[in-house]
Amino acid sequence: MIEIERLTKRYGATTAVDQLTCTVRPGTVTGFLGPNGAGKSTTLRMILGLNTPTEGGVTVDGVPFAGRPRGLRHVGALLDAGDVHGGRSARAHLSALARSNRIPLSRVDEALAEVGLGKAAGRRIGGYSLGMKQRLGIAGALLGDPPVLLFDEPLNGLDPEGVLWVRGLFRRLADEGRTVFVSSHMMAEMEHTADRLIVIGRGRLIADESLAAFSARHAESSVAVRTPELAPLAEVLRVEGAEVEVVEPQFGVVTGLPAARIGELALRHGLVLHELAARTSSLESAFMSLTAHSVEYAAGEAR
Amino acid sequence: MSTMTLVRPEAARAAVEPAPRFTDLLAAEWIKLRSLRSTYWVLALASLVAIVVNINAVHSDLTYIDHPPARLPGFPPFRYDPLYHGLGDIACYLTAIAAGSLGAITVFGEYTTGLIRTTFAAVPDRRGVIAAKVLLIGGITALAGAVVSAVSFFATNAMLASRHVGLSITEGVSLRAVLAYAAIVPVCALIGMALGALLRHATASIVSLVLLFFILPLMFGGDRYRWLHEIGSHLPLSTVGRLTYNPDSSTTTSKWAPSVLDSWITMGVWAAVAVAVTVVVVRRRDV
Repeated sequence: MIEIERLTKRYGATTAVDQLTCTVRPGTVTGFLGPNGAGKSTTLRMILGLNTPTEGGVTVDGVPFAGRPRGLRHVGALLDAGDVHGGRSARAHLSALARSNRIPLSRVDEALAEVGLGKAAGRRIGGYSLGMKQRLGIAGALLGDPPVLLFDEPLNGLDPEGVLWVRGLFRRLADEGRTVFVSSHMMAEMEHTADRLIVIGRGRLIADESLAAFSARHAESSVAVRTPELAPLAEVLRVEGAEVEVVEPQFGVVTGLPAARIGELALRHGLVLHELAARTSSLESAFMSLTAHSVEYAAGEAR
Repeated sequence: MSTMTLVRPEAARAAVEPAPRFTDLLAAEWIKLRSLRSTYWVLALASLVAIVVNINAVHSDLTYIDHPPARLPGFPPFRYDPLYHGLGDIACYLTAIAAGSLGAITVFGEYTTGLIRTTFAAVPDRRGVIAAKVLLIGGITALAGAVVSAVSFFATNAMLASRHVGLSITEGVSLRAVLAYAAIVPVCALIGMALGALLRHATASIVSLVLLFFILPLMFGGDRYRWLHEIGSHLPLSTVGRLTYNPDSSTTTSKWAPSVLDSWITMGVWAAVAVAVTVVVVRRRDV
């Protein structure tokens, strides 16, 4: 469990994270969403004690992480796949990490095999692709078998097979009762990965809810109607409480009524329909419109 | 893809965490150092070259000892100084810059690659990490310094024994000179670590090392202003010159030369300040 309380980080006049309060719970995959520069990475670094908050604080399982002498058995983190020395082999890199935390060196080869790097273990990391470095970072996060895992944009650079594997891994880690916190700037990635969403924009909390609640609230549905008798149909629908946007003389977009109801109303009034199509706007566009206006949302108002 | 399960079920995970040990951090730093060939090669190669340079210097001098130059009027007779030639400046500068660079690289290397974040996420006890680094780098460079100094001293004086100008380690200031010639190497490494931690940038760290070791002494020489001269004689490499100075030689020193104790303290203060700067800077700063 990660408890973030009024967390704030300022760099001079810039506020990277602004009074962020939220809780990341065990047993679920929590997506941490926000556009580039929203403060996701800064927040993750403060969770790990790498950056000191200007105000507020954060605890992991009730304790500030920076106060622990060794970290790998408490939190496994992949912040940036590039946070390695390219001159070392993957095995040497993980061996140093394992040794520092008194983790048996046998875990190193286990972890490398788990992420599919068994054959590349002896090669210099500098020659790895981004996807391979992501896998190495994930292996490092798993070394200590920790109850809390943090991943900053872990899907970057992974091939489709790798993306599927990572999603399965996150699911399994959460099902084992661990806290899994995954950041991303792409809603499309999180839609298939996360159970809960914490959305931030310009360092402030915009949404903290389950993925289902988020889609119910933000994904608007509309119905496209093509008819030679758009004007009388629009009249009928407006009386029923719908909004009709006339796009072309014979084509409109209706919100506020389901497609079935529109069809029934057209039949009752003897109006011809050429096309009737239900549309659901994607979560991605909902996320984009939400974060585009992030300044207008104070932390508490989103609820 | 492997079917092995890395992640153990909840029950198995409840196992108690073993107590943290400093030796684990030391071992981890040793793995890091050992797995980057370029870094320790720098030190090994510089040490070897330094020994060769010292031996070659004395070897070339044998001719002059056998055929001493004619005595100049008003000067004392030619007297060969085995300390000045056998524990030479060039070899000292070489090991100094190699050790300083090694120290700087081990610190700025973690920052410039971003590895420092991975390191501190694994070991939040930053003081432990940096203490292990200081101890390891200090120890290895001390060993290199001891080897260079001892081999240079004994090899060159063995060569000089046949000319009856060689010194034994118990004679005169030999022991002090050998110790100082060795001790400056880890001190330079610690200064390198401090600069690496302060600047966190490869070029800036190395340039500032060169400035401190080689350029500043040139700017603070002279015999006109005492305070300028005093600054110069308290720079890191100036201490070696004073501590290896052989009073039985015909070489003269400045009228403001510091005492032997003064130079030992200066060397110690440089080391202590370097360690303090490294620890404080690394602990305080965001990474």
